[in-house]
Amino acid sequence: MKDDEQIMDTFNSTDRLEALDSVVVRFAGDSGDGMQLTGSQFTTSTALAGNDLSTFPDFPAEIRAPAGTTFGVSAFQINFGSDTVLTAGDDPDVLVAMNPAALKVNLETVREGGMVVIDTGAFSTRNLQKAGFDTNPLETPLLDPYRVLKFDISKLTLESVKDFGLSNKEALRCKNMWTLGLMLWMFSRPRAAVIKWLETKFAKVPNIRDANIAALNAGHAFGDTSELGASFKRYRVDRAQAQPGEYRTVTGSQSLAWGIAAAGQLAELPIMFGSYPITPASPLLHELSRMKEFGVMTFQAEDEIAAICSAIGASFAGSLGVTSSSGPGIALKSEALGLAISTELPLLVVNSQRGGPSTGLPTKTEQSDLYQAVYGRNGDAPLPVIASSTPGDCFEVAIEATRLALKYMTPVMLLTDGYIANAAEPWKLPDMADFPSIAVKQKDRPDEDGPFNAYSRDPETLARPWAVPGTPGLEHRIGGIEKSTETGHISYDPANHQRMSDLRADKINRIAQDIPEQSVAYGTDSGKLAVVGWGSTFGPIDQAVRRARAEGLDVSHIHIRHIHPFPANLGALLARYDRVIVAEMNMGQLITVLRDRFLLDARSVTKVSGQPFKIRELLDVIHEELNTAISKAAE
Amino acid sequence: MNKPVGHLTAKDFASDQEVRWCPGCGDYAILKCMQRTLPELGATPANTVFVSGIGCSSRFPYYMATYGFHTIHGRAPAVATGVKLANPDLDVWLITGDGDGLSIGGNHLMHTLRRNVDLNILLFNNEIYGLTKGQYSPTSRAGTRSPSTPYGSLDRPLDPAAFALGSGARFVARTIDTAQKHMPEIFKRAHAHKGASFVEIFQNCIVYNDGVFNDFTEKSVLADRTLNVRHGEPMIFGKNRDKGLVFDQKTFKLKVATIGEDGISESDILVHDETNSTLAHLLATLSPPDFPMVIGVIYCAPSSSYERDMTAQMEAVKAEHGAPDINAYLRRGYTWTVE
Repeated sequence: MKDDEQIMDTFNSTDRLEALDSVVVRFAGDSGDGMQLTGSQFTTSTALAGNDLSTFPDFPAEIRAPAGTTFGVSAFQINFGSDTVLTAGDDPDVLVAMNPAALKVNLETVREGGMVVIDTGAFSTRNLQKAGFDTNPLETPLLDPYRVLKFDISKLTLESVKDFGLSNKEALRCKNMWTLGLMLWMFSRPRAAVIKWLETKFAKVPNIRDANIAALNAGHAFGDTSELGASFKRYRVDRAQAQPGEYRTVTGSQSLAWGIAAAGQLAELPIMFGSYPITPASPLLHELSRMKEFGVMTFQAEDEIAAICSAIGASFAGSLGVTSSSGPGIALKSEALGLAISTELPLLVVNSQRGGPSTGLPTKTEQSDLYQAVYGRNGDAPLPVIASSTPGDCFEVAIEATRLALKYMTPVMLLTDGYIANAAEPWKLPDMADFPSIAVKQKDRPDEDGPFNAYSRDPETLARPWAVPGTPGLEHRIGGIEKSTETGHISYDPANHQRMSDLRADKINRIAQDIPEQSVAYGTDSGKLAVVGWGSTFGPIDQAVRRARAEGLDVSHIHIRHIHPFPANLGALLARYDRVIVAEMNMGQLITVLRDRFLLDARSVTKVSGQPFKIRELLDVIHEELNTAISKAAE
Repeated sequence: MNKPVGHLTAKDFASDQEVRWCPGCGDYAILKCMQRTLPELGATPANTVFVSGIGCSSRFPYYMATYGFHTIHGRAPAVATGVKLANPDLDVWLITGDGDGLSIGGNHLMHTLRRNVDLNILLFNNEIYGLTKGQYSPTSRAGTRSPSTPYGSLDRPLDPAAFALGSGARFVARTIDTAQKHMPEIFKRAHAHKGASFVEIFQNCIVYNDGVFNDFTEKSVLADRTLNVRHGEPMIFGKNRDKGLVFDQKTFKLKVATIGEDGISESDILVHDETNSTLAHLLATLSPPDFPMVIGVIYCAPSSSYERDMTAQMEAVKAEHGAPDINAYLRRGYTWTVE
């Protein structure tokens, strides 16, 4: 946990190696500058140094926007510390700006007194114009509130790699490694892992490999040997106290892919993943396409509809069908989702949410598809909805979603978002031996009595039997037309449609009895105030509530994983707080569902700016809400 | 229930459901033909799957005592692809129509054909939307008057066989709902072909488009207006077997020649080569009245099928990696231990 005053003190001290609890660094440059690579390599080195961490890649939708423009700025933020770190941090302590546009876009996020590292080599008149600076900010008071480290990184990089025979363009590409070297020096991070990575990545182009390593070393040496000024010092962020165990860094896309593969193993089923590329969901397709040895088949379909339909076909034929997209693609899949609900086939549907509506903000995060997940289909078409809250959490959530899909013969919607998909955090590696089997039995022979009815039901779960083509004696036909409860054949009987609609709703509602009761993430199970969240807001809500409780405030954090149906005790739990705040990154969707279910009188706190909640924003709301409570009580 | 393969009959493939097409619909003939032909193919109900989209023809699976999936409009090729990928050993038949397969589902049909998924695709072409009560379809001829085009349709029609060839189909054939001897042959050939088999069936809609194919399917004109092509045989047609196709080298087109006129003898008539894609494209676009409608196997050039290639790739990776181990997979790359 970070204390503002303490950090300011640290900056003013004259020690050359200062210990900090946590620090936020933001790398920003052109989308072609390799900022995401720089950030992820810094992340690996930081993880190996034993810090807890959280990252936030923040990049434009364009692959290579015109160089030097503000809309082409790509940034990577990392928060690391010796205590628990759950968010990428509110305001950067250090900003690395590789060009004027990066400075323009990111400077206002830097905390006053923070450090700004600038490549003066990129501050040409042309680049200044492109960034919209009338005057060179290095010569104006704009940077006065910050401590500025400026040098010609471009020139220093060119010098460091001049022996490798690179073109000027190739040589300048090593700028990010030079900068990374400097930052690794600044935070006392080892270079070995980065060097090893460069050796692998550029194994086939030895001069590029050697130039990048030389640039990295040069940046590091520059820190060691240069006189950077009296106010400058290196930092030390001690190892975090973590639970014993084996760790790695993981992004949400990775852990989700691995969770899906693990679910297939636990279900003893092959997986057929049908998908169509879309930001920010594509990394899941990439990750799973490398996992064929786990019986994971990936099919890049011609469109979103074909993607889900192929998964439905595979589920009909006995595999676990999985499909994935982001909001616009999920909208295209809606009709087929209805088919999977009507034919009661198991299916896992992943929605990596992004800003909407329509194309919206493809690379920015949002939680605005909750309505779409819970309500967004024609007809009365209920399905379970489950949300992951952190990158590591995706692993377990994928397994839980699969368990429900198979046990209840239903499509399940798994909500994640662009932030979770791309953000990285240290993850304590699970042991597969700790997970119970989620295997279900496919029907393998006809019953003795009477013809097979594909819509007969398990009395407990109401699930229908999964009879797979190829099985003699169980031949049957399914489809989107209403089926008779008695025979499974098509039926237009009005009373039958009522019965089937009731059964479909009842089946999903019963899941509430088969999921864990809602627990309190932090705090007490009753009190003055509860902050309720779901999905990727876990980090900021948790940090805000921890800080508020540290101040002595009576506030607790409740984070909902199972959104439909809700855990059976949720209504009663929420009723034990005087006030409830629902914080989410949309215009107020979970709160609508909570009001609908529990007639809950709650306050909605929302944000759709494409950036995660800041801890301070939520802390302010908590203060405000509790002060209002106090003044109301006084009246 | 589980009769040996050799003892199965048409009855074993007929479900107990009442067939609900309009009396006189061409679909009945196709259904009967399928139920009759499957036993001859050595098929079993357990291992056979019929997948369909939406439309009159797409009710087909309900009437078969096999596995069946009546899916959503236009998407049957995608569902069937999933079925076949999950279990390549199944015999998968895809039933679609001109609206389902070429309008709302044209994209899926195109990609399924180019991927060469081993599906037997039957497109019932009646040049009209039946189930929605008679609107014109993408195969309707220009000028078709329908509830949505009271002054005549303006758009030019699509030729299904040419579409299939253009999409990269490796098997393209045509037959007619009333051709009860021809159709089983075509079904057998489609079934035998490993890869996507595309069959266009001219099917009469007795209610909304009755007689639309009469110009070549009527008994009185059938012999003169259709050409049943067979691999290795000269492309001769006509009541008197005196007409045939020849290649006009000047125009790069086919033309009809009469044997015995202009010095044309039987040996001058082109011999059908079903593996020749250029010829297939030429044959697919011929139509009456200047040319016969070509039926039979227009093109058949087998190539490896998508689901087999997919399975082979998966098996190769599995063989390389050995027994799957999630624990080991998670621990690849950089990890560290907290004591």
